[in-house]
Amino acid sequence: MRPSLRTLAIAAVATIVTGYAMVFFSAPLDVEGFVQKIFYLHVPLAICALVGFIVAAIHAIRHLRTNDPVHDARAYVSIHLSVIFGVGVLLTGAIWAKAMWGKWWVWDEPTLVSFLIVFLLYCTYYPLRYAIEDRERQARYSSVFAITAGAFVPLNFLAVRLAEPLIHPRTFSSSGGLPGEMMFTFLVCLAGMALLWVALVRFELASKGAKADLGRLRRALEGEDRPPAPARATIAPAHVSMLRSDDEAARSPRPPGAV
Amino acid sequence: MEAATQDPTTPPETSPGQPALALEGLSRDFGDRVALGPVSAELAAGQTLAVLGRNGAGKSTLLRILAGLLRPSGGEARVLGCRLPGETWRLRGRVGYLGHRPLLYRDLSPRENLVFTARLHKLELAEAERRIGELLAHVGMERRANSRVAELSAGMVQRVDICRCVLNRPELLLLDEPDSHLDQEARELIEPLISATGTRARVLVSHDRERALAAADLMLELG
Amino acid sequence: MSALGAILGKDLRVELRTLRSLPAMALFATAIFISFRFALDRTSLEGDLAAGVLVTTILLAALLAVSRLFVSESEEGGFDLIRLAPVDRTALFAAKAAALWIYLAALELVAVPLFALFFLDSGAGLLPLVAVLVLVNVGLAATGALISTIATMSTARDLLAPLIMLPLLIPLVIAASGAVEPLLDAGGPGYHHFGRWLAVLGLYDLVFLAVGYAVFDFLLED
Repeated sequence: MRPSLRTLAIAAVATIVTGYAMVFFSAPLDVEGFVQKIFYLHVPLAICALVGFIVAAIHAIRHLRTNDPVHDARAYVSIHLSVIFGVGVLLTGAIWAKAMWGKWWVWDEPTLVSFLIVFLLYCTYYPLRYAIEDRERQARYSSVFAITAGAFVPLNFLAVRLAEPLIHPRTFSSSGGLPGEMMFTFLVCLAGMALLWVALVRFELASKGAKADLGRLRRALEGEDRPPAPARATIAPAHVSMLRSDDEAARSPRPPGAV
Repeated sequence: MEAATQDPTTPPETSPGQPALALEGLSRDFGDRVALGPVSAELAAGQTLAVLGRNGAGKSTLLRILAGLLRPSGGEARVLGCRLPGETWRLRGRVGYLGHRPLLYRDLSPRENLVFTARLHKLELAEAERRIGELLAHVGMERRANSRVAELSAGMVQRVDICRCVLNRPELLLLDEPDSHLDQEARELIEPLISATGTRARVLVSHDRERALAAADLMLELG
Repeated sequence: MSALGAILGKDLRVELRTLRSLPAMALFATAIFISFRFALDRTSLEGDLAAGVLVTTILLAALLAVSRLFVSESEEGGFDLIRLAPVDRTALFAAKAAALWIYLAALELVAVPLFALFFLDSGAGLLPLVAVLVLVNVGLAATGALISTIATMSTARDLLAPLIMLPLLIPLVIAASGAVEPLLDAGGPGYHHFGRWLAVLGLYDLVFLAVGYAVFDFLLED
């Protein structure tokens, strides 16, 4: 059973509030101090955005298989929300970098650099989508993009990681080393963020659906959408007499120039 | 492949006795815009269907659907026994499509363009080259056969495009204004190439109501 | 296979006759080299700078060819022509990627010696460079043929192709620069992580050839 949008939204808000309450009141302070707590925002956002890009690729494959515009809408909304989450990832990453290393941007954090490149690629989804007028072609090409970009994500992480000669001490990649209580808090925050992502996707899809319905109704009211009268092939007047007298006559080849 | 006939106008030899076209409520829309209303028609082998209607009525859209270049949005369509869009792949190479834009590369000569089409259609090359020579001679283009298409007049381009359209001996001709840019003399030259003879059926889109009706067995009025 | 040959042959014939892409690419590459000469204020390059200049220049010159790759098909009806014929439509993808690969190889035959003449003290690293460029060209050809088709069908062809291509090519730039950097070291060619970077290039090529092969059909449908 799919939960209703309302239930989902309430669950998302409740989990997020619980998660961040735990972050502020109960999770132990790391050696990095208070600013390390941005970790509970930054990493879940990044994971949700990346998983969202992969989810979009899966919807896109389904769309190409079935040609059902619903899957294209899902892929589009998934990418859209992941890009919005991506803005959050880059902002929180910058704040963290400033606090940790005194600079707003550092190049020796391969995960963040990879994320920037992925984010950049997905930003080009919008100009692509809006540069194609025909609705079906727009959907198909967007799906092709979503699949291509989905294949790009792991490849890009690999290349950027290999380009980084020294392994910088990182909080997020040392996942095995998270103390139990921090881990639990982190998982609650991740679950909350994931619920929020899903709820927002569902919300946007519902809103798009309603907007499309409204447009259709309005056009129907204004009478713009009148379907054309059905057309049926009829016997051409020049041949009516011929066909009546002799069916074969109509089929005989006409001499050249008899047009 | 059987031996080449001397007459380049000879239509194909296939006649399975099925209708060339069977359309029931065929339609196409682009998003919310309806490009082609529901259309129904049945056309037997060897017959001509004239498609008439004002600008924007969907004549070219219908032709592109029948050629397998555009998916229908609704209704049933069988072209040469192939269901659209599911069996479009079986239709490839069996229709001759003459659009309102020539399908010719401007930087290649008429002969090179036709050889390219022949290779795409996997025609036997020696036979195809002979047929290309005959077709070009038939439409009076042999002297310009090796000029670039970009250097030809619109009427000449149209004549070459008609050769391109019938090169693979299609069983069904889909013709969008085949007479455009052609004078009376050229019209008479191309007429036998694109007439509905034997089992070859054709769909003829035209603005010129009288002339289209004079050549047609069936008519379809879009609007 | 025969369709692939026909399309590739047609493209090369048209290019040889009209010379629309190749001279432009070569001139463009030369101008970029000269720009780097002054932008970096260097008269000789080695190591990372040399690799960066060479890879970036090839990439930018490739973008010129990419945006032109399908112009004839969309403006002169080639897409329709191919879809009317009983040929596998991925033949078009393969033929266009092959054409792009050949254009890039031809460009590099001119641009790399020129680069060596302008900036390098020794040509010792040029031979192993060929292996890198072969793989780089495959990656550029695969993504180029794919993205060029998408861009050609849109209303913003000249804008979209480079816009999507550049981020998509970053892994290729990383791997190519990584492999080329030690080759162009001042102290003679080195092979630090050479195999690893070639493997990344090969993986990139395979992934995008596979993606192109899988999705290309959907780009030609209507």
